Amino acid sequence: MTGAEIANAGLLIDLSLLTMLVLVAYVMVRSRQLFAIVMLSGIYSLLSAAFFVSLDAVDVAFTEAAVGAGVSTVLMLGAMLLTTRREKPIIAGRSPVAMLVAVLVGAALIYATLDMPAFGDAASPANSYMGEVYVERTAKEIAVPNIVTAVLASYRGFDTLGETMVIFTAGLGVILLLGAGSARGGREVSDVEDEDAKS
Amino acid sequence: MSIEHLILRVVIKIMFAPILLFALYVQFHGDYGPGGGFQAGVIFAVGFILHALIMGLDETKRVMPIGVLKWLMVIGFLFYAGTGVATMLLGGNLLGYDAIDPASTHHAGQHWGILLVEFGVGMAVASTMMMIFYHFAGREPEIRDEDW
Repeated sequence: MTGAEIANAGLLIDLSLLTMLVLVAYVMVRSRQLFAIVMLSGIYSLLSAAFFVSLDAVDVAFTEAAVGAGVSTVLMLGAMLLTTRREKPIIAGRSPVAMLVAVLVGAALIYATLDMPAFGDAASPANSYMGEVYVERTAKEIAVPNIVTAVLASYRGFDTLGETMVIFTAGLGVILLLGAGSARGGREVSDVEDEDAKS
Repeated sequence: MSIEHLILRVVIKIMFAPILLFALYVQFHGDYGPGGGFQAGVIFAVGFILHALIMGLDETKRVMPIGVLKWLMVIGFLFYAGTGVATMLLGGNLLGYDAIDPASTHHAGQHWGILLVEFGVGMAVASTMMMIFYHFAGREPEIRDEDW
């Protein structure tokens, strides 16, 4: 294949992935079945992971596939079991103000994308300044083949320490909110005070 | 619930060990390929979550007790922070890994530091994910059959 054919194939893959993302998002908005919505959000994550791969961002794709499509789908399922299976029906009404706001924000976003640098532009802000510095210096300062890991764990090790703290705190929050009793093997918790609870 | 979902049970029994092995691969090859502690931790947790989905939460709690997870969460984070403190004690900055092996010509200290730190991240992420899942799933004993 020539270079142009490869570029065309890449464009075709990108377009079909983005089309599927929009379709899945639309079905998610229209659906009232929570189980279907949770499953579709998993599919949405998997599609975006595939899109990240096509953008050569394999580390991000990996995280999206593992966290978005894997764990968060399961956690949403677990949360869904604690509530009802169907979303409450909402009375469909036409609100011109909401329509206007949506159109205005959408137009502003599309207008903003016109100023964005072209895909893969070497002179774009993301590829110059710090990004360039990391690419140049990793080989001789860290000597690790994966620059993403070098930035994540070494150059920005303190940031990652904070991120780990955030995850730890999230775990603590869930334990505190949902944990009453279940940490001790699902002991039933009653709001009614009785002699057993006091002792 | 003993012989229901037989195919799923067999599949998870086959898949469980390779999933954990893949998690360890991602964990320790983070500086050579895509991945690292976060992804490895999540994959490791997913192995146990799959086990819990098919075998039931009580079976998984026997494999990975909630008391152990509680400690792993704390140890994982302290492992990371401890690496930073260790480099300070060795005379470098906080998380300045070159202090681990200052004489190295190919930055062996950086390799060690990244490996240790990612290990802490992996441990903290895996145990936190499992902990969160345990607490969500532990609120209702079983997934009812009509929900599948």
